[in-house]
Amino acid sequence: MSTSATEREPRAAESAPDRGRTPRRGWSDLPSPLRHLLFAALALAAVTGLLLVTGDLTALRMAAVGYTMLAVAGLQLLTGGSGQVSLGHGAFMMIGAYTMALLVLNLPMLPLAVNLVLVVAVAVVAGIAVGAATARLHGPYLAGATLILAVGLPGLTHRYHEVFGGSNGLTVHTAGAPPFLQGLVSDSEWKALVVWTAVVLALAVLATISTGRLGRRMRTVRDDETAAAMSGIPVGGTKVTAFVIASAAGGLAGGLQVYVLGTATPSMFTLALSLTLLAALVLGGIGSMWGALWAALAVVYLEIWLSDAVRAFDLSKDVENNLPIVLFGVLLILVLRFQPLGLHGILQRLRALLRRAR
Amino acid sequence: MDHFVDLTLSGLASGAVYAALALSLVIIYQATRLVNFAQPAIALIAVYTAATVAPLTGSYWVGFVAALTVGAAAGALVERFVVRPIARVSQLNGIIVTLGLLLVAQGGVGMIWGNEQHGFSYAFDFVGRPSPADVFALVSVAVVAALLFCLYRFTPLGLRMRAAAFRPEAARLSGVKVGLMLTTGWAISALIASLAGMLAGPPFISPNVFDIVFVYGITAAVVGGLDNPFGAIIGGLLVGLGMSYVSGYAGPELATLTALALVVLVLSVRPDGILSRPTARKV
Repeated sequence: MSTSATEREPRAAESAPDRGRTPRRGWSDLPSPLRHLLFAALALAAVTGLLLVTGDLTALRMAAVGYTMLAVAGLQLLTGGSGQVSLGHGAFMMIGAYTMALLVLNLPMLPLAVNLVLVVAVAVVAGIAVGAATARLHGPYLAGATLILAVGLPGLTHRYHEVFGGSNGLTVHTAGAPPFLQGLVSDSEWKALVVWTAVVLALAVLATISTGRLGRRMRTVRDDETAAAMSGIPVGGTKVTAFVIASAAGGLAGGLQVYVLGTATPSMFTLALSLTLLAALVLGGIGSMWGALWAALAVVYLEIWLSDAVRAFDLSKDVENNLPIVLFGVLLILVLRFQPLGLHGILQRLRALLRRAR
Repeated sequence: MDHFVDLTLSGLASGAVYAALALSLVIIYQATRLVNFAQPAIALIAVYTAATVAPLTGSYWVGFVAALTVGAAAGALVERFVVRPIARVSQLNGIIVTLGLLLVAQGGVGMIWGNEQHGFSYAFDFVGRPSPADVFALVSVAVVAALLFCLYRFTPLGLRMRAAAFRPEAARLSGVKVGLMLTTGWAISALIASLAGMLAGPPFISPNVFDIVFVYGITAAVVGGLDNPFGAIIGGLLVGLGMSYVSGYAGPELATLTALALVVLVLSVRPDGILSRPTARKV
């Protein structure tokens, strides 16, 4: 959940002169994994607080924000970090979701944590397979190949109908709040908490990677592959690693989605989902982990607000179903045209203005 | 054996459609180094225009002409007012803006005409081997490809367009209106995409009808080399035949993933497609 290295550097430079030689004891002195874990704990506390004061419906929406954010953060590392444009991120969510559903159906005795670990493992394997196959593709070629993956993968559920349940998908029942908490938190609130715990842990890992050596290598590869290779960075390996991490994040997000919703169908993982994730990433702000949060909030709440608005104006069913996606597209184009850094860019500019005013 | 002949004929006909789409992608890629993911959106607008105009006037061909005109106009407008200001910032932004256009067009079509399927008629009878509709697809795409070749090779406009794509600065200094040439290129590309849509649309159209068709179109373009119009046509026919055999013998659900395998296989041997030359670059 931290900002990227490029953003932290100016702040460090500013604070250096007035502190003199005395080492600064504080937030940024902590080793980066610890800092990110502390931040994760803070975020989890904030989410718990929010859950306690709001109702069941909000809990489900917050859970949706959580797993969407994780998926977008993975894509952020891949596209914003290593510069690989993936139009097939939804496919990895689908892999995670179906793995989760199959695990719950076929091995009901496994605890949730084991399931999630297995989901990540399967997503990693899928990521290695796809990432290794596409490591030599660049720019538009990679975008094209991942587009094909996103369109083609849902077809498998029809092909292997008896395993994946065809277009009806798989329905599972996941346990709610444990007995000793019954009455204290509702099932949805418990699920939202579980989702957010997994999400903040995963985000701490992603942020640590992104600010560490691997993240720096990815950005070097993104900026210039040839120059990166000449400075001794294994270009192919770095790209595949980024791909695998992103698909693990996507898979975990898909698994959590099934845990909350209790169902996995091919219509949840259409091309539109993959495109929406990428669009949301750009809306939120590419190049910063914070962008993923704004992106997830935008995906979940924009749709809710829009359907409310549509209902208020009493529009037809066709309009109601399609308006969110149209507005999403329009917003995307406007942001690209006038604010290429997205919401996070706007916030940063505001912060800079405030600092100057002070 | 009969089955094989049927699959070959239908593969060639759908291959012509993929070749047309691939060609339209290549025209834009050559001019601006941008893969236009909004191409199915243009085809979508074109077929829905035809589906609206044809019943009103009672003639398929009035609808056909209206579809191509509206499609080409949409391509030109989108290039001039949406894509150009955004795509010059970075390649990623270029890709994403075309995706945004795709979302808008699919949602917009759904808002006006609904998400459910509509019937959409063929230009000609679709029974027979080869059926008149299949022959029409092959002939029209061949004619378009030939016209395009003549346009680029033998006309002053084609020369200007090539110059604008190849060396924009030098072309501008020699008096070529580079921006106008780019818009013309998009209009031509959109025209071809609209034709592909008219051929691929029947028997039913819905807002997502071109997703799969576009996937094969982009497969064809990538396999043939995004830089090479001849590659696009060869790639289109290959993909059409290959997918027809795979769906006929192994099952239609596997065709898309076979396309993915094909892309990965071809590109790992030749990273820029079958027919492209390797490029050198200064660091």
